[in-house]
This record gives sequence, structure tokens and C-alpha cells, in this order.
Amino acid sequence: MNNLFDIKKAYYLFLLIRRSEEKIIELYNTDKIKSPVHLSIGQEAIAVGVSLALSESDIIFSNYRGHAHFIAREANLDKMWAELYGKSRGTARGKGGSMHLNDYEKNFIPTSAIVSTAVPEAVGYAFALKYKKQEGTVVCYHGDGATDEGVFWESLNFASLHSLPIIFICENNKYAIYSHQNTRSLNNPIVDRAKAFGVSSIRISGNKTKNFFDATSDCIKQIKKKSQPFLLECMTTRWRDHVGITIPELSKAEFEEIENAKNNDDLVELEKQLPEDDVLIINKKVTTEIENAINFAESSNFPEESELYDNVLA
Amino acid sequence: MDKILDKKVINYGEAIYEAITQEMARDENIFVYGLGVDDPKGHYGTTKDLHKKYGKLRSFDTPLSEDAMTGIGIGAALAGLRPIYVHQRMDFLLLCMNQIVNMASKIRYISSGEHSVPLVIRAAIGRSWGQGAQHSQALQSFFMHIPGLKVIAPTTPHDVKGGLIASIRDNNPVIFIEHRMLYKNAGYVPSDTYEIKFGKGRVLREGNDITIVGVSHSVEDSLRAADLLKGVGVNAEVIDPISLSPIDNEIIRDSVNKTKKLLVVDNGWMKCGFSAEIIADVATNCESILCQRLGFPETPCPTTPSLEKHFYPNPQNIAKKANEMCGGDSEWNPPEVVQHEIVSFKGPF
Repeated sequence: MNNLFDIKKAYYLFLLIRRSEEKIIELYNTDKIKSPVHLSIGQEAIAVGVSLALSESDIIFSNYRGHAHFIAREANLDKMWAELYGKSRGTARGKGGSMHLNDYEKNFIPTSAIVSTAVPEAVGYAFALKYKKQEGTVVCYHGDGATDEGVFWESLNFASLHSLPIIFICENNKYAIYSHQNTRSLNNPIVDRAKAFGVSSIRISGNKTKNFFDATSDCIKQIKKKSQPFLLECMTTRWRDHVGITIPELSKAEFEEIENAKNNDDLVELEKQLPEDDVLIINKKVTTEIENAINFAESSNFPEESELYDNVLA
Repeated sequence: MDKILDKKVINYGEAIYEAITQEMARDENIFVYGLGVDDPKGHYGTTKDLHKKYGKLRSFDTPLSEDAMTGIGIGAALAGLRPIYVHQRMDFLLLCMNQIVNMASKIRYISSGEHSVPLVIRAAIGRSWGQGAQHSQALQSFFMHIPGLKVIAPTTPHDVKGGLIASIRDNNPVIFIEHRMLYKNAGYVPSDTYEIKFGKGRVLREGNDITIVGVSHSVEDSLRAADLLKGVGVNAEVIDPISLSPIDNEIIRDSVNKTKKLLVVDNGWMKCGFSAEIIADVATNCESILCQRLGFPETPCPTTPSLEKHFYPNPQNIAKKANEMCGGDSEWNPPEVVQHEIVSFKGPF
């Protein structure tokens, strides 16, 4: 658990996510990247704020829009890039792709490509922590779309019933592909629905890294005192299409919403708070790390035919 | 005295209970959960009072949330626990399919072997006494279709105990199929713990004239049919595959190469099912084998006994079909055999 917000580290992780995904956009049309990508651009502040509040022993359940969560957890960037390239030094030796990243060392659990599907797994992991009297909190990232699924509420109910140490991080970008939240449910805030299940829930607006950090730190502090679930509804904006690298085809109002979010980009805010030298050093470091990761991916081999049958069964 | 030689006669349900309680005593990471596991009936006695013996954390009732509860078991397994999820009816697994097919079976593959899911899902086929369309289904073929799952459907008390222990100790997700009409079957069961092997079938009756392969309860009816066939001089070899995925194709191929005739008695619908798979393997790997099958008609299971009796294969029509395949008299009508477990069962559940 960390109580002090480290701006330098926040800026570094934020920039590493942003530049990595910009690199994905740059390379995507070369077809070197061999899987669908669901970009986090616009939503990075959540992953960074949450991750900075966590400890090594905490467990991360992410989803198919997982690059930001993965990078913010300081999971292995080289392996992530190799996985995007479908190479044998990737996080799943090329068998997972962008939608199934994992990093065992970092307690970053393999992600699912199906909305809300890993939510009960996160709850089950939290149950196991309590069962084994083991330290740690589970963080479960999901979108607003996940809350349309029945399994989401089944999971929340169980987490609440058994007072499990879990924080549901709802990244509410308001859209499931192109379906706005208003077309999918009545104006009944996710936090209110979660509260009805006995889960303490807070909505955090403004898309600022520090606010997500503070809220997560506070949840962890309370979980350490008494095991219980929390839900943070983190309001955010996705700048790109649901999948792929394209700009969404939006109405004027929706377009303005994204422009507004871009004008309030927390990456810029964080940068303003740092000395120029630090900014230069961090930018250089980020550029080098991404170049190295891409070289790692480029220089890796594709898996051999014999690997097709590996790891179907234990 | 060698404990493995220390046998006693217990029934199928008691053998399941014994497997669970002995394994729970051995490994505190094992827990049992599911609707009603801690109720006074304890799922046909198979989970009775485990919560009193091992505590409420290790045997607990659940909300009616099969989808999430499956995922919760998978998550707990990822964290190193060994959950056993119990369903009173196999039909309820349809509420769990996303978790079983998309998650449990795939996590090992998409993590290049870094994670595994040691989860056992017990499900009972609920045939007979008015269970009808949604409480009687045998859906083994759904799960046999999916790489990354193991599927086992033991028939005897011996194999159900050894099979369940093997499933609990296995590091893969296992669909463990029980049959309500087998719970009262008695047989010799070693008192100590032991495992039977996945992918290993058993010849229950030796014979040279025809091979009959059953699955779960239809193995029982196939044995009865073999008794009837003796009366007309036909020696049937009856095979219980026990493990459906992986399946012991060798034991079936060896048998049909000897008998040259194969009758598969499915306990499910035949289309794309267990019998289709067995016959496809024989057609692909053996030569000149006469193949036939029996199974459910392409209808949902009716509730009324006057129609239900026409829905399931029975010892007589199994024997009649086998006899015809062996060149016997097609006019032969085998004497009726009482399926005591079915006749004696009077509900309500």
C-alpha cells in the first residue's frame, strides 16, 4: 500500500502506456501486430492511479482492453510486444495476443476477451485469499458494459455476502462499442446499483490520476482493517474506436466530448507538475523502453508447429 | 493388513462421499460448494454434514448464481485451491457454459501453462420418475467437444470413488458425471484412497460375438442385455469407457477387431454425440466392422411414464439389436428385465 502519490512515476507509467499505444497505431497497418487491439488511450489515468496504490501481493484481473493495466502494473513490456507480434517470447508464447495478456510474476491474471467473464474469477481469487488467510487485495477492472451482464451482479452479490477483499474498478467510458449507456439501461447509476448489493461504491469524475490513486489507497486501507468489497466507478473517455486504431464515427456532441477530454488530458497536467529535466529524462527512458520492446518482439521467432498442442491440459 | 485390500460393500453414493471426505481430510485446499450441499439431504448423502466435519468455509451453500459460482471456483483454483462444485442436475450446467468453455478450459493454454484450473464440477443426470425435459438431460457430448476439459462418467462404486479422487487430484477442470439411477448400486470398494486413470476403459464382460459400449447408466442396461443374449447363445463383450475425454479408443478398437461388430448404447441424443464419436473412431481406425447404435430419439424427454419408456434404450431392445447384428432371429423378443433402480424410485427428487 502506498499513501504518497509519486507524480514522477505516475507520469512515467502514463507516458509509457500512451506512447506504447501510439506505437501500436503507427505499426498496425504493417500487419506486424497479429491480433485485435482494444486501445486504452484516454483511459490511462485509471490504470496508473490504481496501480500506484497497489502492492506486489495484490492481484490484478483485467480484460481485453488491458494494455494500460498491464503496463501500469509494470508487467513485462518486452513480452507484451512479443505477444502482440504473435512471437514465442510473448506473454502466452503467441497463443494469447492482445486480448489475453498475463504476467505470472506480477500477479496479472490472464485476461478474457468476453465482457464481464473474468469478474467472477476475480471474486473467486478474493475468496481464496480469505480462505487461506493470505495478504492481498484483488483489483478487478471492467467496463460499464460489464454491468449489463447478469454474472456481474451475481459476482458482486457473492463478494458482498462473504465480505471479500476486492475492488471493482469500473472504467465507465459510457460506450459498449457504439451503444451508449443510455440505450442499455435507465439512468440508474452503477454506483447506486452496486450499493444495493451492499458494496461501498464511489463515483470518481474528472479522469485524474491522483483522484483514482487516492480512492484506491483509501479502499485498501479500509480492506486492511476489515475485509470488504468496494466499487469505484471511474468516469473516463475512450478516444479511439472500441477495437482497432480508428477514430470513432461520432455525432457532433460526442465528438466534442472527446475533444473536451483531450483538452483535459491528465498526461499534460502531470507533465506540468514536473521539472523540465525530469520530463526529458522520462521521455527518453520511455522511448528507449518501447524501442527495446519492439526489437525484442522483432527478433523473436514465431512458435514452432509442435507448440500447437502444448498446454492444452496440465 | 494392506489397506487397498481392505474392501467393503458400499453403494455408489457412499463411495462418492467417501472419496470427498477422505480427500478433504488429506488436503485443506479442497472445498465443496453448490446449492444444497449442506442441507439435511446433502445431495443424496454425498456431501452430508461435511460442513460440520470440516467447517462452513470448506462446505457451503451458494446463491442461485451458477454462472458466477463457476467463475468463482475457477478463480479460487487459480489461487491454489481445489474446489468441487456440485450440481443436483446436469441441466443446470447450461447456466455455466460461458465459464466452463471460455474460461476453465482455456486459461492454461492462453497462459502458456503458467496457470491451471484444478476444478471438479460434479453433475448428476436426473433420469426417471417425471424429471422430463429439463431435469434429466445427459449432456456429456457438449463437454467432450471442448479441448482443455476432462470428462468422466463412472458407473460402478469402485470407479466412482477412484474416479472422483483422480479428478480432485488432477490439475485440469474435470466434468464429473454421475447418474441418479446409479446411486444405490452396491459393490466392493477399497477403504483406502486410490485413483483410476483418465483415458482408461474397462471390459466389464468378456465375449467374442459383439462389442457393446455403454456410457454411465446405459452400461448397466448393456450388462443386462448381455445376460439376455446369453440365452440365445450370443456372447457380448461389454465395455465401460468410464473416462469420456480423454477416451480409451484402444480398448474399443481391440474389442471390435475381435468381434467385428459394435453396438454403442448412448445415454444421450445420438446426433454429434458420444455414440457418433465412438463409431467415427472405429470407422477411421478399424476395417470391416458392423456398427450400430441406440440412443435417445430426437425429442425432448417426455415426463409421462407411458412415453418415457419409449424414450430410453432398454435391456430388451439392446439385446434384440445385438442379436440381429449377430445374425440372430429378428423375431426374437427377449424376456422383460426389471430395471429395479428405475421402477423403485418414487421421487420427489
